[in-house]
Amino acid sequence: MTEPLIRPRRKDPLKKTREPLLPQGVRSRTAHGLTAAAAEGRFALQVCAGCGLAIYPPRDACPRCLSSRLPFQDVPPGGTLLAETTIRTSTDVYFRERTPWRIGTVVLDCGPSFVAHLHGDVAEGTRVRLSLRLDKSGNAVAIAMPEQSSQHQGDDVQLREFTCDPKFRRVLITDGRTAIGQAMARAMAGAGASIVFVGIADAWKPFPGETALRTIPGAEVVSLDITDSQSVADVAGEIAHRVDILINTAEHPRAGGIMHRHGLTIAHREMDIRYFGLLRLAQYFGPTMRARGADGVNAAAAFVNLLSVHALMNWPQYGAFSAAEAACLSAAQALRAELRGGGVKVLNMFAGPLDTEWFQTVPPPKLSPAALANATVDALRKGIEDSYVGDIAQDIKARLDVQPKALERELGQ
Amino acid sequence: MKRKGYDGVVICAPVSVPYRRYSVNSAHWWIGRALHALLQRTGLMPDQIDGLSVSSFTLAPDTAIGLTQHLGLSPRWLDYVPMGGAGGGVALRRAVRGVQAGDADFVVCVGADTNHVDSFRKTLSSFSRFAQDAVYPYGSGGPNASFALITRHYMNKTGATREDFGRICVAQRANAQRYDGALMQKTLTLEDYMRARPIADPIHLFDCVMPCAGAEAFLVCREDDAVAMNIPYARILSAIERHNAFASDPIQFRGGWAIDRDELWGMAGIKPDAVDFLQTYDDYPVIVMMQIEDLGFCEKGEGPAFVRAHSLTTDGDFPHNTSGGQLSVGQAGAGGGHLGLVEALRQLTDEAGTTAVPNANIGLVSGFGMINYDRGLASSAVLLARA
Amino acid sequence: MTTALTAFAVALATGRIRVIDLTHTLTPGFPTIVMPPELGQCAPFRMEEISRYDERGPAWYWNNFTMGEHTGTHFDAPIHWVTGKELPNNAVDTIPPEHFLAPACTIDCAAESAADADFVLTIPFVQAWEAKHGRIPSQSWVLLRTDWHKLPPRQYVNLSDDGPHSPGPAPDAVKFLVEERDVHGFGTETIGTDAGQAAHFTPPYPAHHYMHGRGRYGLQCLANLDQLPPTGTLLLTAPLKIRQGSGSPLRVLALVETKP
Repeated sequence: MTEPLIRPRRKDPLKKTREPLLPQGVRSRTAHGLTAAAAEGRFALQVCAGCGLAIYPPRDACPRCLSSRLPFQDVPPGGTLLAETTIRTSTDVYFRERTPWRIGTVVLDCGPSFVAHLHGDVAEGTRVRLSLRLDKSGNAVAIAMPEQSSQHQGDDVQLREFTCDPKFRRVLITDGRTAIGQAMARAMAGAGASIVFVGIADAWKPFPGETALRTIPGAEVVSLDITDSQSVADVAGEIAHRVDILINTAEHPRAGGIMHRHGLTIAHREMDIRYFGLLRLAQYFGPTMRARGADGVNAAAAFVNLLSVHALMNWPQYGAFSAAEAACLSAAQALRAELRGGGVKVLNMFAGPLDTEWFQTVPPPKLSPAALANATVDALRKGIEDSYVGDIAQDIKARLDVQPKALERELGQ
Repeated sequence: MKRKGYDGVVICAPVSVPYRRYSVNSAHWWIGRALHALLQRTGLMPDQIDGLSVSSFTLAPDTAIGLTQHLGLSPRWLDYVPMGGAGGGVALRRAVRGVQAGDADFVVCVGADTNHVDSFRKTLSSFSRFAQDAVYPYGSGGPNASFALITRHYMNKTGATREDFGRICVAQRANAQRYDGALMQKTLTLEDYMRARPIADPIHLFDCVMPCAGAEAFLVCREDDAVAMNIPYARILSAIERHNAFASDPIQFRGGWAIDRDELWGMAGIKPDAVDFLQTYDDYPVIVMMQIEDLGFCEKGEGPAFVRAHSLTTDGDFPHNTSGGQLSVGQAGAGGGHLGLVEALRQLTDEAGTTAVPNANIGLVSGFGMINYDRGLASSAVLLARA
Repeated sequence: MTTALTAFAVALATGRIRVIDLTHTLTPGFPTIVMPPELGQCAPFRMEEISRYDERGPAWYWNNFTMGEHTGTHFDAPIHWVTGKELPNNAVDTIPPEHFLAPACTIDCAAESAADADFVLTIPFVQAWEAKHGRIPSQSWVLLRTDWHKLPPRQYVNLSDDGPHSPGPAPDAVKFLVEERDVHGFGTETIGTDAGQAAHFTPPYPAHHYMHGRGRYGLQCLANLDQLPPTGTLLLTAPLKIRQGSGSPLRVLALVETKP
């Protein structure tokens, strides 16, 4: 059984902060099919369309029938751990400072042998479940997990290299005025975050839930307005070195398209809150987080964006809104590349309309803020890079995967 | 169709360029040294070398063709054999056929690599696409980790113990103490072996070869030419190679020799008991045990009992890796694939000196290489006989 | 020979005339007027550094800033309100420049406002003030001193679930000031010239409605009105010359005479 993690002590100011290192991040183009699956928390291998053979490592021709049609598809992750080893000497600087490190050969029920990382609870000769995760370099690796889950399973030292578990981490929620911001603060406190900083802009404006927000255990309200560079700079100056997980909950959903929306005032505001807000957070918090990617149990781990699924395809009814979300998605991709050097993940939580006043007239299904917050906890615990939360988001993603052009037309009707 | 024998073609002129732990020189330099030594001892002129076979991992960005210009050779037969530990046997098989067919007269086969301070790590991370995609990101333990898994599984399945592997390593060190070219000559006891620090369980320090720089070479030519030039030589009785054998085994428990060994013995017309010494590819003793089994010296799974029952030193009843093998001489990259052949050739041409096995007439040289993903893909074996 | 202006300069130099700054510093945190969120919003003050003796400009420091016309201490032109939209010279660029210099009367409601955030300036209150300080001269600003500028932001805006609560003029009082006293404009310390609850007055926002409807001006978010005498103040209130601008942030300077 995994030993529960011990709450990290206060940092010794005389100790040099360990610089982040990455495991080797080069993969073949084909192998990124695994990265795609890991990014969504799925277990997928190539399965030959010609003969049905499940294939690993990724190939460009089937080793049984030489077919080149080798799509990645979800396969059962079960298997048996045939042999294990504990690596004590590694040529790689990243692993060198993480040894001893266990790996093993897992024979998957679906066929191939998979040399995988091992969770501390798995034993040779027993059944395991392979899980694809993103390592610090942002590429897919598999870890063999025990078939049965246990209480402190997430505390496993090897597993934590791939996850961003909020437990004992310090979280900044950038906007606590909104229902999602408050639900997120509650969810993070519930997930064991040691401090939940909650940003409040225009503190002179009262807001619903204000009193309750201040009673969340570990919550610390900070005056933060992400539309104000100076405010972001000031807050970052105070707490950036203590932010292990940043969750940008600032939202600005406004109905309306492009052509008939009178002027740019609303669009400016949308871009200021969403796109420029993201840039400000990235500029003032990003460098410190990147530098703290290997800073012990509560190393900087994740920058979380809550995005509308319509970032992926414009919903003309909320056309300008969708465009601002798309800008954020694009910026998130750039930020992902920039934070990768620190092993800090950028998690995108794609959601359909939330069950809030700004989507009042939109018919259900709508996503409750609590559901989105809980999904964010889950994504952090698993290190899932792209989560599609709720029915609408999953529907849009599925339709996008099948036929983007059809989706464009359908959303525009 | 019955395979044609290797009549009329011989292997000769064993060359080992003394190894060094690290070298600031390039692979080209090491290959050049080996060729130079070979020409000196045979009396051949460079323009007589009309065939060249090269095995090297550190030649990049060059391959064999670039070497011809670098070394000033103009061969009419050229081969590049990037097959690691199986490279010596594979190179020999091809060279013999080339000479036999008249495509070349004098083929020099070289296995050489340099070892810069950081070249081992670089070689590992870009060794193969599967290594890049599916091995190196998993702890970057290199072949140590891959063989640890194979060893662990072998121990689980056969009951082999660390002491069994230790016997192989200790015997080889004893052999190495008689071979000047070995980098590791300090006495190794079974206690030393057992006490060594773990590298990747159950692999410990003395299970691992030491990467180094070095070169091994030999010459393949017609028997008539060898006689005319007064070069001592050995005959090639038979040779096999196999790649990606037993692909559906979930983890490596046997090698390609198990497929081809009947042909190996059949072509030579002898049985394993006729062999006077065995040179195996020994990066990790587990693979030595598999070769002993798969080549037919004992049944599958009886390797541990076999090494307990025999003495593996040059003066023992089963002389094995008579110069100390890679475990004691060092692993000069692709040179390791030629080391066994070159040492066997010395044994059969009376050049082995202090490592000589008494009355050695027939030797078996086995090769194994290329951990592409989770297992060695290439296997080869050559039976040589005193002329 | 002494001209009026040289006498004025001498008075300034000798301290006979004191200059009081009635302006809040522009900062990002200064509240802007609160509108229902589905309506267009006034942009708060924001500043982005262009360079600061660095790679973006090695020897100089400067900024870009953005804000609304009605952000911080600001001037309201008649065109700001629908009632003044058809008037001539109703925008900040066309207002005659001499209108940017005018005397001011300051009505002290600080105690009343402290007692009641929804304090409303009534005609009787104005008349009581006139009884004490004399009739408000024509073409004079009327400034409402509430000491509101001393409040921290939350109390300054004083939002509750039925809207903001801050002092301001009653509809008939504004009408009275415009029609009976011909005032130049109306100035407050609060975020608007109207009371916090003025949306519920008849007409809504009477200070805007009547003042701008009659071509008069507004000043809001003023500071330091507690330093002004009831009468005898001269105000300098020149807004930025924005084409068809409805208002503008500005520096408001009050000139007062010190006792000899």
